[in-house]
Amino acid sequence: MMNKNLPGWRELPEGAVVRDPGNTETIDVSGWRVFKPVIIDDKCTRCRLCWIYCPDGAIIEVIDEKAKMGKRYEVDYVHCKGCGICYAECPVNAIEWVPEER
Amino acid sequence: MALKEVGPMEEIRNHMQIPRPEYIAGGHSACQGCGHFVIIRHLLKASGPNTIVVNPTGCVEVVTTVFPYSSWKVPWIHVAFENGGAVASGVEAAVRTLQRKGVLSEDEPINVIVFAGDGGTVDIGFQSLSGMLERGHKVVYVLLDNEAYMNTGIQRSGSTPFGAWTTTTPVGKKWKGEWRVRKDMIQIAVAHHIPYAATINPAYPVDMYNKMVKALKADGPAFLHAYSPCPTGWRFDPSKTIEVARLAVLTGYWVLYEYDHGKYKVNVPVLKRKPIREFIKIQGRFRHMTEEQIKRLQEIVDEQVEMINKLVGRTVIGPVEG
Amino acid sequence: MPRLALTTNYAVAHAAKDSDVDVIAAYPITPSTPAAEKLAEFAANGEIDAEYIHVESEHSAASALVGASAVGARTFTVTASQGLIYMSEVLYIASGLRLPIVLGVASRALSAPLSIWGDMHDIAVLRDAGIVTYFVSSAQEAYDTVIQAFKVAEDPRVHLPAIVDYDGFVLSHVTEPVETLEKEEVLKFIPKKITWNTLNPKNPISMGTVGEPDWYYEFKYQQQVAMENALKVAEEVDEEFGKVFGRKYGVVEPFMMEDAEVALLAYGAHAGTARVAVERARKEGIKVGLVRLKLWRPFPVPHLKKLFDGISVVGVLDRAMSLGAPRQGPVALDLMAMYASDPSSAPKMASYTIGIGQRDVRVEDILYIINQLAEFAKGKEIPERTIPIGLRE
Ligand SMILES: Cc1ncc(C[n+]2csc(CCOP(=O)(O)OP(=O)(O)O)c2C)c(N)n1
Ligand code: SF4
Ligand code: SF4
Ligand code: SF4
Ligand SMILES: [Mg+2]
Repeated sequence: MMNKNLPGWRELPEGAVVRDPGNTETIDVSGWRVFKPVIIDDKCTRCRLCWIYCPDGAIIEVIDEKAKMGKRYEVDYVHCKGCGICYAECPVNAIEWVPEER
Repeated sequence: MALKEVGPMEEIRNHMQIPRPEYIAGGHSACQGCGHFVIIRHLLKASGPNTIVVNPTGCVEVVTTVFPYSSWKVPWIHVAFENGGAVASGVEAAVRTLQRKGVLSEDEPINVIVFAGDGGTVDIGFQSLSGMLERGHKVVYVLLDNEAYMNTGIQRSGSTPFGAWTTTTPVGKKWKGEWRVRKDMIQIAVAHHIPYAATINPAYPVDMYNKMVKALKADGPAFLHAYSPCPTGWRFDPSKTIEVARLAVLTGYWVLYEYDHGKYKVNVPVLKRKPIREFIKIQGRFRHMTEEQIKRLQEIVDEQVEMINKLVGRTVIGPVEG
Repeated sequence: MPRLALTTNYAVAHAAKDSDVDVIAAYPITPSTPAAEKLAEFAANGEIDAEYIHVESEHSAASALVGASAVGARTFTVTASQGLIYMSEVLYIASGLRLPIVLGVASRALSAPLSIWGDMHDIAVLRDAGIVTYFVSSAQEAYDTVIQAFKVAEDPRVHLPAIVDYDGFVLSHVTEPVETLEKEEVLKFIPKKITWNTLNPKNPISMGTVGEPDWYYEFKYQQQVAMENALKVAEEVDEEFGKVFGRKYGVVEPFMMEDAEVALLAYGAHAGTARVAVERARKEGIKVGLVRLKLWRPFPVPHLKKLFDGISVVGVLDRAMSLGAPRQGPVALDLMAMYASDPSSAPKMASYTIGIGQRDVRVEDILYIINQLAEFAKGKEIPERTIPIGLRE
């Protein structure tokens, strides 16, 4: 079926190139999750492993002078798919695995 | 004191130094826990923004670039399935010529990286890779090995391990999964007289990062063979991607070693190996294996370990713990 | 203007050199091998400032050129036969990616049986790929057309690959005098200007994305529009080439068409043989003309319609066979389709195959065809099939 709301051939870039690279960032994949990781900041030792191992780049390292050791780790819940790697790999169990409520 | 983050193309001493900028965006549609993306994230961090990526057909390509979207923040091209080596050869040759002719600036060297699957490398893209290595193009070719054709739904490749179930090596009355021994791609790459080849594994990010830096700095083609667990095709829970990757190293199934200008080195020694049983028991693709098959797979791993120990000239990977 | 004695293979190599190509990737195959060798010789002597990639296959030759063109390089290769169809997967992609790669093709038969000899089966396979395709009929024309092909391919209204096709052996290996041009004057005609999408870290883009059902069709249509544009652009470029260098060819070349009653449509080297036959037939009182098809893709519909207006029968001489099609000749099929929406304006059309696998094509063979056309004009029924010429029963 033809989607009339999409641009016509004249308006599309030649050769199907994407000129706005990285724009999958605008895609919300939160719907993939059954569980979500929740970082307990008090327990977090800033070891950085969750940030390293996340396939979706969904752990954000936030520089914050007021935070313990000058930074803290947050989950980007738009891009986190809920794979559980961060939860499995956190060496100090600072990540809780919480069912998504829908 | 924590070490400071480095810029691209610099080796690191610990994982705190891995630079923060990301060159692959989230929001792509890879399965939960896909190993490919842990690897790609870090290799691109090591390479930095002055990079052109060539990406043959496969999971990575399909999940990142469905028009009008792309996850790639560096220039990226996909042409076909079997020609990653040749496309990269052309990119590299063109960059070199256009720099010489003053069309592109010579001040900022451009890294050319191929991210190809095992199907796109050990099978259909084998010849194209061989040509690229033999001709000496300065390209880093990264084989993202998830040990089967995943994009088309888990079919065996020349890199599928002994015993593994795939949809084309199913478990039936006669067949019990894959029955042949996979190709040794590092040895094949080294046979092309290239300066640098290494195995990498996402559970060892510092080793992986530094090998990428060495590969980028090599005076010719470099080949990185990345172990890339695929929860969907290997039948394990996506939270276990790093655990599976780590067990591959701890069992000697995946030895982390490198070939650097004629010298072999094991980068992650394993004094006492875990039995291969530990590695296969958490993956559904090996669930059907008989005692005899497990014994055979252990033998295959032992032989590979022995070969690598010989290459480095001493026993760096030890025996299976008793 | 240096005047050299060159085969067509050498002529296309010279044209690539004089066009200052940046990257060449070539693989040997008869009858295009001497062109690949000539280019290597230029590189070896530093007469050309290009990377010469010694690819391990034609598939890789096309792939490497896609990579190079995607970075902004001017690229060239030569091939034939199995090599061309081995490239075909990648050439479809090159067109879809809108990359202005130029190829010289010394057309040759396709296996099996293996034949190193000339015909146009190879180029016929690429007919639908979205590649601007020229047929030439002399070494000079091949030289000039390679230069024109770069200008057409790189034109922003086009941005498609282009092929300059020349008959294997009959043209590829025959030496003729060729006036070559100085690189400086060629570059004035085809300045190095990157107008197509390229990979550059300063402005990162993604090329070769997935086209889902919501999008794929629009991109294919863009290619079709680019093809349609190429007809006008090819004419403009030929016109300009004529003004600057004094030689032009047209997208079709009529011969004795002014008062013709029947006509031949031919291409490549055999158009030359047909010309001789037409002259002879004229002496015998047959009012026959000839149209040489120079540009096959895009098909020059308005030009042919104009030329064939009022002609009673057109005989199409094809050097390839589309097996199982309503007629075997690929150009005959095009011509018939051209009149599909307006059959009342159409001449009667007869399809012939000639020169298959280098079967000799003599002037007598074409005279035989012309005589048949004259009979068809008088009312004799045209068989509903392609008429094979020079075939043993
Ligand atoms: C010439 C050709 N044959 C087959 C395919 C279908 N195909 C696309 S991707 C793919 C498998 C990719 O496997 P691999 O290279 O291992 O990458 P993965 O998806 O596992 O990461 C296949 C068979 C194709 N695109 N082109
Ligand atoms: S659950 Fe997976 S996707 Fe989500 S933040 Fe943790 S590692 Fe990343
Ligand atoms: S892995 Fe755990 S301790 Fe380490 S940074 Fe992440 S949350 Fe903190
Ligand atoms: S099938 Fe495997 S390799 Fe492909 S996206 Fe899913 S997890 Fe990644
Ligand atoms: Mg694979």
